[in-house]
Amino acid sequence: MIHSLESVIRAHTFFHGLEERYIAFIAGCAKNAVFGVSQYILREGDPADQFYFIRQGLVSVEIMIPQQGPVTVQTLAEGDMLGWSWLAPPYRWHFDARAVEETRALAFDGKCLRNKCDEDHDLGYEIMKRFTHVVSQRLDATRLQLLDLYGVHI
Amino acid sequence: MVPAPYRIERVKRETHDTFTLDLLPMDSTSVSSFGPGQFNMLYVFGVGEVPISISSDPANCPALEHTTRVVGAVTKAMGRLKRGDVVGVRGPFGSHWPVTEEGGRDFIIVAGGIGLAPLRPALYALMRQREKFRKIVLLYGARAPEDILYRKELEHWRGKFDLEIQVTVDRGAAGWRGNVGVVTTLVGRAPFDPTNTVALVCGPEVMMRFAVMELQKRGIGADRIFLSMERNMKCATGFCGHCQYGPSFICKDGPVFQFDRIEPIFGKAEI
Repeated sequence: MIHSLESVIRAHTFFHGLEERYIAFIAGCAKNAVFGVSQYILREGDPADQFYFIRQGLVSVEIMIPQQGPVTVQTLAEGDMLGWSWLAPPYRWHFDARAVEETRALAFDGKCLRNKCDEDHDLGYEIMKRFTHVVSQRLDATRLQLLDLYGVHI
Repeated sequence: MVPAPYRIERVKRETHDTFTLDLLPMDSTSVSSFGPGQFNMLYVFGVGEVPISISSDPANCPALEHTTRVVGAVTKAMGRLKRGDVVGVRGPFGSHWPVTEEGGRDFIIVAGGIGLAPLRPALYALMRQREKFRKIVLLYGARAPEDILYRKELEHWRGKFDLEIQVTVDRGAAGWRGNVGVVTTLVGRAPFDPTNTVALVCGPEVMMRFAVMELQKRGIGADRIFLSMERNMKCATGFCGHCQYGPSFICKDGPVFQFDRIEPIFGKAEI
């Protein structure tokens, strides 16, 4: 069964409660994307003009360490949002993101959505509210990682 | 109360600071059975005694396995023991995971670091009665890839297709292609029916706090979440009071607690 982009967006918890007119607009900024195994989805330093909703697959958020190679700092999976650098200047990716397995995603035109949020502050507030929640969850998880909970603390 | 002598049959180095002792009794005063989640007091003669969870298959009793991390003088001395050496064993003590009472349910097991050791007997018990349960999901978090416990066993269990295992590490390393992130982030997308699931959780208390939050967000009631708590234990029989936890003693009333029993004091800094 083929689902329209609008129905996929409407079904995602991230967009719950968003007015229908905004769902339609956001669907207009979205397109399907498929990434093969080990394919880069975004690269550090590149313009952050898109963000992604992972529909299926696994994505590793990585950083390249000289003489070590790429090191994963976080793994994202089905249902996760990838990318928020499109929201804040200088609108450049801070990390790499690579598909660990074949990954299907919805790619959103961040630049278009950003311009729309500048014009329509109600939409801007709804988007910021939702991304703030994602960022706060990721920050909580990162803080737990930093605690080194499994290390020996004497 | 008197330690029974056990001979070390094998010492397995699990990680750089964690080892497993395989023990066999030397006389008839041995542990004849134990429940998953229970612990023994292990005595290194001339050094001291520490509480260590039993990490072996209950069906193999009286043979015992104890996975231990080197954190102090006694465990350091224990880590230097060799095959053929003798340790004292008192036990088993404490409460156990509810793996025989909860037929017909999904099980989600959330383990962090060495917290997988006291959950391993529960996994053995569940797998032994596999047909009684629906989904069994293990979520395991370790510090780094080289700190993953029981790696070969996890790979073997994963290959059985009727047990879902997800492993994550807090710190990735070059060449690690697995999941990176705290184990609590796996709860949100784990496949289980929250209306009919029992959760078993063991690991650092901070990790358990956040794991419980995520489990409850998924809709699992406090009466179906079980935690293994830890405090300093000395006598293991409820007399010395070292392990008092609010109105309970970890050694007698725990270490496995139903979360709704301890929810009012869980996470309180002064307890």
